[in-house]
Amino acid sequence: MRRFTSAASYSLLCILLIAAAHGDWINAYIQIVIMFIGINIILSSSLNLINGYMGEFSVGHAGFMAVGAYITSVLNVWLFTSSQVFGPALLSPSSAILLFPVTLLAGGVGAALAGLLVAVPSFRTRGDYLAIITLAVNYIVKSSIENMQVIGGARGFMGMRGVVNSMQDVVNLPWTLVWVCTCVGATIWILYRFVNSTYGKGIIAIRDDEIAAEIMSVDTQRMKMIAFMLSSGLAGIAGGLFAHVLGYINPGTFTIMKSTEVLVMVYLGGMGSLSGSVISAIGLTLILELFRPLQVAKWVIVPLLLILLMLFRPEGILGNRELTDVFPRLRRWFSLQERQP
Amino acid sequence: MSLLEIRSLTHFFGGLRAVYNFEQTLSKGELVGLIGPNGAGKTTVFNLVSGFYQPTQGEITLVGKSILGLRPHQVTAMGIARTFQNIRLWNTLTVFDNLCISQHHQLEYGLLHTVLRSRRFRENEQRVIRTAEQMLDILNLRHYAMEYPKNLPYGLQRRLEIGRALCMRPALLLLDEPAAGMNPGEVDELIKHIKWIRDEFKLTIWLIEHHMRVVMNICERIKVLDFGETIAEGPPSVIRENRRVIQAYLGDEETTYA
Amino acid sequence: MELQIFMQNLLNALQWGSFYALIALGYSLVYGVLLLINFAHGDIFMVGAYLGFFIATFLLGQYAFGLPFALDPTIIFIITLLFTMILTAGLGVTIERVAYRPLRRKGASRLYVVITALMCGLILENGNLALLGASRRSFPELLPKTVYDVGGLALSNTKLLVIVATLVVFVLLETIVRKTKLGMAMRAISYDRMAVPLMGIPIDTVIVFTFVLGSSMAALAGVLFATTYPVLEPYMGALVGWKAFIAAVLGGIGEIRGAFVGGFLLGFVEIFVAAFFPSTLRDLIAFSILLVFLSIKPTGIFGIARATKI
Repeated sequence: MRRFTSAASYSLLCILLIAAAHGDWINAYIQIVIMFIGINIILSSSLNLINGYMGEFSVGHAGFMAVGAYITSVLNVWLFTSSQVFGPALLSPSSAILLFPVTLLAGGVGAALAGLLVAVPSFRTRGDYLAIITLAVNYIVKSSIENMQVIGGARGFMGMRGVVNSMQDVVNLPWTLVWVCTCVGATIWILYRFVNSTYGKGIIAIRDDEIAAEIMSVDTQRMKMIAFMLSSGLAGIAGGLFAHVLGYINPGTFTIMKSTEVLVMVYLGGMGSLSGSVISAIGLTLILELFRPLQVAKWVIVPLLLILLMLFRPEGILGNRELTDVFPRLRRWFSLQERQP
Repeated sequence: MSLLEIRSLTHFFGGLRAVYNFEQTLSKGELVGLIGPNGAGKTTVFNLVSGFYQPTQGEITLVGKSILGLRPHQVTAMGIARTFQNIRLWNTLTVFDNLCISQHHQLEYGLLHTVLRSRRFRENEQRVIRTAEQMLDILNLRHYAMEYPKNLPYGLQRRLEIGRALCMRPALLLLDEPAAGMNPGEVDELIKHIKWIRDEFKLTIWLIEHHMRVVMNICERIKVLDFGETIAEGPPSVIRENRRVIQAYLGDEETTYA
Repeated sequence: MELQIFMQNLLNALQWGSFYALIALGYSLVYGVLLLINFAHGDIFMVGAYLGFFIATFLLGQYAFGLPFALDPTIIFIITLLFTMILTAGLGVTIERVAYRPLRRKGASRLYVVITALMCGLILENGNLALLGASRRSFPELLPKTVYDVGGLALSNTKLLVIVATLVVFVLLETIVRKTKLGMAMRAISYDRMAVPLMGIPIDTVIVFTFVLGSSMAALAGVLFATTYPVLEPYMGALVGWKAFIAAVLGGIGEIRGAFVGGFLLGFVEIFVAAFFPSTLRDLIAFSILLVFLSIKPTGIFGIARATKI
């Protein structure tokens, strides 16, 4: 029974949300905030795989997000809408509803391949030097996009609204919300199962002692490659969703600033705690929205709050524990720790 | 055929000659010692055998197959496991997980199976868990299964490290100073355990040790290194009387008592 | 002719690299002592430039409460530099005391300190934006610009000043680190973090000293930068700061020589890329070179890979 409660309650929550959005019980603004929360959950939990579980310091997550966002958007606009750039739609706009997950996945695969740019150097480089490589990759991605005039360069790229609309023409559902919910569920499911298997725990062994891991039978290069590709691939999917929620993207969105935001979510939640990442993604997104009326001062007050929070909890909200470790009673419904001898 | 064969092994660190013309043959089921003063190159030999360094010259074969050019985890998969001079357990993983993860090379599934929790995944995972549980019982650590290694007493950490190596089902076990930091009582126990492990798991054990009591008690053959070169080899009784060995450990009589 | 263009670019690169070098120094010094990437440092540079602006305009009598007597612009420049360095050093030390030290005391993972540093940078940037508004300010011209003609090369006095100042700072810091007690303590800490407090070296004093050095160099860079490119805006520190950090790593973080060589190298790469390619490709090529370089030599130019003993 307990195995299904988390999946069932999450599905129920999603159905409620989608129904509420469909019936216009919650307004468009709240819907967008909810979708941003979802996207941030994907971003922070996928970055946690690298920065928390594997113990590397990646500061370029937004770069992979950009790769995914652009690949998915360009594919969708090219295939399903008539635009000035790519001419008439290649396929019928109504097929978008079926092929959207495919293009989303294509964005993820593209981002995962971009992740190789970090994964391969990580075989020899560690710590702060690897941090620079991730930073460089973020700049390289942003700068490459700025130099590609075909897809708008620095001016940005749009037309994704049309894709969403053509999906809604076929079946009238809030499709972006549907896919955000699906992808958040899938991300948590994948990451949770990964870090709770002997296979995935190999990357925790790398964090604790890389030399011992390699000598004690863990193929560290392979595991690093998998971790980086999985993490950047999920970021790419988050990027694809982000592009379709906003309907417009430009390279200026995917800067170090965005990476920093995700980084803060990971460390605020706790390194190596999936539930921590989820909680802090929700919390930080909400706080940033709440303080929006303050305009510039928001970016003074929120960092100040975060500094204070870190002074009180220097290991993040949950440390490296999961929610069920803090509140054991939750175990009656959710099992976050699978194996016990 | 001999299990491990090392021929004319030489290793340089820059201009420093750490190991020179080292030869060793280990047969199945042997318990062999490697001793020598600090800095003699003992651990370097182990690092070369476990694939952590690549030798400047020489040949290392395991059951006739060369292990040169292999990465450490590949050497491990061929059947060589080791422990470390300074304990290197994974400290944020539980004792139980430490025992599971050292079976990483035996996993026959990848990311997809992990995510889908396929039958292959479940079978593999069950096997890993069973091995780890057996090892917990053998090590008498079941009580500490969900504890973190750094919270264990030193002697138990050493025991866990040997257990972690045994989980890999090696043919050859390299022990790098297993008695370091132990009190006399623990050393006595260790001597018993090492012999027992060899017989129970039908292993070949090669160990580096400074405690002469351990080496002289359990090793069938001993090789002595000094400044990277072999200065003596033979059974304990011979090594004990060897002049060059005594000199290497205690220095020349004239300089010592001058 | 070709050679002349090359030499002119070389001069520009030296000047541009000087800024990177001076800022990179702050990253490197702090990293050497605390293993902390002080991401607020780029913004400390920005604050330095702004402080310089306010001090200079005050001394020039542009406010209602000016000085009763007029000063020579050169003297104003020197006073401005001095006070800016002192005040900015104060800022650096304050950040250390208020934000980093308590975390260190609590034994937080060093990455949490890094995140705190990022937050401090954000506060400085946006605090400035909130207080002073988004309008740009132009730095007064204190040193009347003269351009010397050296064998057909245009060499302005500010360019000369920047390059010479950077070289002087380099020599000065090398001397401090090698000859003074505090400098030696700094090096000792980067060798062995555990032993130094046991040897009776007051580690907090050393840390404060490090922040004083790093921040005052950032202030120097800020004033010199403002003298050369007299437009100030709140985000000026962000990009330059990140790049200076990259320069520090390129040279081998924790090394004073590394910061200078890395800074100049990044300056050269950027100026020469901009000279031969469209300027939009500057970042792309510069960062690609960095990526390739770090893949080949993972610890930077002067960084030494610590051999792991097992």
